Formats: sequence, C-alpha cells, structure tokens
Amino acid sequence: MDWPTLAHRLFGDAHHLVADGDFLHGHAEFDGQTITVLGTTNHAPIGVALALAQARGVLDTLRDHPGRPILLLVDTQGQQLRRRDEWMGINRAMAHLGCCIDLARRRGHRVLGLVYDQALSGGFLTSGLIADGCFALPEAEIRVMRLPAMARVTKLPEAMLAALSASNPVFAPGVENYVAMGGVRALWRDDLAVCLRAALADTPVTDTRAVDGAARGGRRLAAAVIERVLNAA
Amino acid sequence: MNISYAECTARERLARLCDTDSFHEWLPPSERLTSPHLAQLGVPSSFDDGVVIGRAQLDGHTVFVGAQEGGFMGGGVGEVHGAKLVGWLRRALRERPAGVVLLAESGGVRLHEANAGLIAVSEVMRAVLDVRAAGIPVIVLIGGANGCFGGMGLVARCADHLVISETGRLAMSGPEVIEASHGVDEFDSRDRALVWRTTGGRHRAESGDCDRLVDDDVAAFRAAAIDSLNASQPLTMASLEAEHALLAARLATTPLHP
Repeated sequence: MDWPTLAHRLFGDAHHLVADGDFLHGHAEFDGQTITVLGTTNHAPIGVALALAQARGVLDTLRDHPGRPILLLVDTQGQQLRRRDEWMGINRAMAHLGCCIDLARRRGHRVLGLVYDQALSGGFLTSGLIADGCFALPEAEIRVMRLPAMARVTKLPEAMLAALSASNPVFAPGVENYVAMGGVRALWRDDLAVCLRAALADTPVTDTRAVDGAARGGRRLAAAVIERVLNAA
Repeated sequence: MNISYAECTARERLARLCDTDSFHEWLPPSERLTSPHLAQLGVPSSFDDGVVIGRAQLDGHTVFVGAQEGGFMGGGVGEVHGAKLVGWLRRALRERPAGVVLLAESGGVRLHEANAGLIAVSEVMRAVLDVRAAGIPVIVLIGGANGCFGGMGLVARCADHLVISETGRLAMSGPEVIEASHGVDEFDSRDRALVWRTTGGRHRAESGDCDRLVDDDVAAFRAAAIDSLNASQPLTMASLEAEHALLAARLATTPLHP
C-alpha cells in the first residue's frame, strides 16, 4: 500500500503528512488527540541522514509535545550499504534513533510501529522493532535477507532454504510468521482506524515478544531459555 | 606477559578478565542447550550456542559478564544465543550488579535462524536499554577477530561504555556485503588499509565512537572495564540532544569519499 492511501485509511483527511524525499513526517488528528507520524517510503535504505531525520522528529516531539503518541511507518530495504555511511558510524546513528525512541517510551509516549510495505534487517531494528509494539499490514514483507544472498552467505543450497521457507517460520518471510514468533503483535486488516485505536489502547510497555512467540507456537525456545537463566543456580 | 585478547576464546577471555576463579556460569555446556534450527539444517551446533553468560567478581565488585564466541558461527545471534543474553540482562535488573560487561564478537543476526535472530537482537537491544535506564552501567568490549557487526553493532552503541582495541572492528555492514551490493569501487574489501580506516578500532576511538582504545591485551581490557564500573551514563533529553548535534555536524562535514 502506498503511504497516501495508508494515511487516508488511518486518518481520513485529518492528517498533515508529507514525504520529504524518502522521509515521511507530520502529524495527524485521531480521536481528539494529535499523533506524531514518522517513517520512510520508497523502500528507503536507512543511512545516517535518514536515521538522524527520524531521530530529530522523535526529539522534537519529546521536547514540544510531552506524552503525544508516535506512529512509525516502516518501508525500508534495510540499512544503507555505503562506505561513507560506515565511515561515519551508521551503527551509531541508527542506535541513536533507537535510543530516542526508547526514551520516548520511558517518558510515557505510546510508540507504535507499522510495517506497511517492507522491512528488512537493520533498518527495522531501530524503528518498528524497538517500539512498544510493532504491527504490519497483511501484504507487507518482513525478512532479514533475500534467499539468494542468504544462500551465498550461509553456503547452504538456495533450494534447501526455499523449502524451509515454505514451512518453517524461522526462515519464511511472511508477516504471519513474525506474528507467530511474537515479533509482530498483530496484522491490521479492514478498518485500519479501528486497528490503530485498539493498539493505542492496548499495547504493553514491557517486551512480551518471547512469551507471545511461545504462546503462538512460532518461537518455542526463547521464553523458556530466558526463564532458565533467571532461575539458574 | 601480554596475552592477546584477539587470540583468546570467549571462555579464556572471561577467565583472565575476571578475578581468579570467580566466574560462575549460567546454562553451561553441561546443560547441553543447543539450537534446534541448526540441527535441522545439518549444521554443527555447540552446547553453549556460542555465548557464555554468568556472574563474577571484577576487582572485588560483583558484575555480570557475558562473552560471544566468534569461533562458533562468527558469534551470530540465533534464538537460544539471544535468549541467553536477554535472560542475563533481565536478571541484572533483579540482582543489580556493579556493572554488566559484554565481550561482544559477532557478525550480527545468525542467518541460519534469520527471523528468530532478528527478533532476538531487538530483544537484546531493549534489554540493554532497560539495564542502562536502571542505572547499572553496561560496558561493551570489542577486540575479537570477527569484530562487532550488524545488529550487535547497534547493541554496542546502546551501552554506557565502549572499549575497543586496534585489532577490534565496529560497524554495521561488512566490507564484503557492501562490495557485493555496490561494487568494488564503492568498497574494496581486499584493501586492508581501507577496511581498517573505515571500521577499525583506531578510527572508532579517534571519532569518539568508542570511549577507549586499549592494547590487544586481556589485562588492558580488564583495567578499562574496572574503570567503567559504577559510572552509569543515563540517557536524558540533554544527552540525546548532544549526541544528535555531534552526529548532525559529522554528517554535514563528511566528504563524499572520506
């Protein structure tokens, strides 16, 4: 779904959301309150500049609008793969964005992520995945890496990975698998405003993803291992 | 005698970093906790899944120490590996040690467990920030041959203190990945000098991305870790604005081909 359609289905005409290149930003009126909206579009590669632009948006909200909810709209092909960004410390800039979002959560801002198109690897870790809760549209795509690249790096046959992708949530790119593993709280279908309303009202501020993944059967070990460490003699 | 940190295994590093015989491991190899996902792929597994966690004394202070084993799948984070780190960090919130010291050596998400690894890294990141917000300093040491990359490069920059050696590397994407994506003119992964001045410890220390540059010596890492205890640096509006200003100035002044 393109972002203007998404914005319309979430907020009708009551939004002031603009695309500045690949950077989406603005605010919207929803149920009588204002929501800060930040994100990316065009499958943006997240480099230093885009990470800082989003961080600025979070910091401005923290300073000027205490408590205002923040919605992060995710569409990224992953981190920017450039030497200049690495030289500048792209990991530091992305971590900074993550730390800004984290402080917002701690200061009482409800922060929600929504993958509306695609989310790959590093670009996703410091947006939707560090929000209070991450959601996705059914047609969205979430994955770490495309299968040919994964086969090259792991030195495993692509056919083997493709076969596993069909049945094993650990490999398969579908958003349903991320729901099963607890990484995505729920898919937003039909009336998106109803979904947003529910998410604003009912998203835990603690990280429940390992327990969710176990309850949904998609990630069987993480919660149990965490418990074993907590109780180990 | 100088003992190379880079050449030690994760367990050797911990044994020499901590006070003598003080390390107590949780979920040690005797519990035979392995990754089921690797078995399914016919890939050899390890009874600690490539990460060692526990409690120890450091210069007489109780600390939590954890170490990733670069020799096992490059220190990649899978479901079990990540969950061990998350449990260890959450336990720190309960027991409040004088510090949490992570000996990071990782290529990031273990691709063999792609989706579970990605979620696990994000859980580690949130858990690190919870520990930091509780006023317990998180100290990350980087000096292994595999460096600290991908999601673990993000985790490292979420810590209070970051220590690196000249043989350590800290980055997001490895040179080979960038070269595969944008060609050898973008990043020649065989140009060792270029690789080091882009991702190496000296560059990271000179740019301030790491707080300290130490020799490739376990004793030097130990001394730096001791110095960082009881020195929490909580994230505040002021500290994040300062960080933002620094990074924005860097972006504005970096040439196209640094």
